[in-house]
Amino acid sequence: MKTRTSILLGSLSAALVALALTSPRVVAADKVDPVADAKAFQNFFFQKFPNVKHEDFVNGPYSMNEDMKRQWQEKEEFPPYEFALDAGKEMFATPFKNGKTYADCFPNGGIGIRQNYPYFDEREGKVVTLELALNRCREANGEAPYSYVKDEMASLTAYMAFTSRGKPMDIKIPDDPRALAAFENGKRYFYTRRGQMNFSCAGCHVQSPGERIRAETLAPALGILNAMPIYRSEWSGMGTTSRRFVTCNSQTRAVPLEPQADEYRDVEYFLSYVANGLPISGPGARP
Amino acid sequence: MKRSLPLAMLLALSLAPAARAANEADYKAAYAAAEAASKEAAGMRNQWTVTVSTLAAAKKAADGGDFDRAVAAAQEAEALAKASIFQATSEKDAWKAMEIR
Amino acid sequence: MASSIRVRATANGDITEVQALIQHPMDTGFVKDAKGELIPAHYIQQLKFECNGKDVFVADWGTAVSKDPYVKFSFKGAKKGDDLKVSWTDNKGASDTTTAKIS
Repeated sequence: MKTRTSILLGSLSAALVALALTSPRVVAADKVDPVADAKAFQNFFFQKFPNVKHEDFVNGPYSMNEDMKRQWQEKEEFPPYEFALDAGKEMFATPFKNGKTYADCFPNGGIGIRQNYPYFDEREGKVVTLELALNRCREANGEAPYSYVKDEMASLTAYMAFTSRGKPMDIKIPDDPRALAAFENGKRYFYTRRGQMNFSCAGCHVQSPGERIRAETLAPALGILNAMPIYRSEWSGMGTTSRRFVTCNSQTRAVPLEPQADEYRDVEYFLSYVANGLPISGPGARP
Repeated sequence: MKRSLPLAMLLALSLAPAARAANEADYKAAYAAAEAASKEAAGMRNQWTVTVSTLAAAKKAADGGDFDRAVAAAQEAEALAKASIFQATSEKDAWKAMEIR
Repeated sequence: MASSIRVRATANGDITEVQALIQHPMDTGFVKDAKGELIPAHYIQQLKFECNGKDVFVADWGTAVSKDPYVKFSFKGAKKGDDLKVSWTDNKGASDTTTAKIS
């Protein structure tokens, strides 16, 4: 008995020492530092995949697998999102019943601005995504909102993303505690395990990019939203960021939240911010 | 170990629930417990799809008069709901261990 | 209405490379709609590429081909400026055709 107690005490003190030595940030964790987080996030991936060009990360699984990349590049001549893109261009130019257009709702007439979304709305105190802004524009002009997960919204955002292709992601976090809280909330959601399968976003996209989950090759989390919206062969159609969050939740056997739930908007804010500097590659095509 | 195994078995047998068929009252109690846990999980915004479907299966079995299956499903739904609550609670701090720093 | 066929053909010496993207639902007949009813099968049965009076690529398709099919192939015997005619017919009797110049 005596030996057991001393071993127990010994291991306990060893654990405490280890804890004190390995988590210096635990004490300083109260302060949210998005700049430091983004730097650490990018460096993690740059170091894990030294042969991948920084801007290539936005191509998801294609940055992880040469053969897939080659096939994708061939298809980019006639990409599957082409129909949605053309439809989106037409939709964007078509006036509402009251004569106004989407251009009236957005800076620069809505052209070449996708890289600024999502943004933190200081009046509202919440993160606003591009899709949310588009539906608000519609409703403000007497039109019914589009579903966040179906084709029409994806066609519109496909066109807007296309006008921003190549531009670096440029998300701003104002010096507002609510914005910092939203960023932190998004980060928390990203790393939290959920669903009966107990997966977190990080489990696949931070720990296992380039590896397979069944027949799919996993994309790295860095720049994972830069290609949105995407034509997914799995869906035989276009999908928005909301669609992906919702389907991923279901796949881990978690009941999905509403398409523009606070958590989803916040995680989109977090993921977009840490990809600042990487080019917009949307609309994209994925397996 | 050798001494305690038959003792453990005896204990298990004596504590095991009575092997009679379940009735509607059993089901209603089991379902109520499961539903309460399920609602708590939903309130934490960490509901599992399997909890919802197992609970629905329990109700369906009861509606068809199969209370044995209904009770079993309700108990499973309650266990799933409790697991999801445990997950949400422990993940409140556990997520930080995954964070890239 | 715009053509359902987008095609690009490039000649490189004697070999012409063709890429085409065709807009078509390619319904299998196994999928149910929101009301729970089966969406009837609706798919391209034949796709044909003709050049200089000859069939250079003929495909007999069924429900195994996905929505908005993409085709890529190469053939010999044509040159820049030749016409490439693409046409398809589906199981509902619909069809479409377009002609592109090999560049």
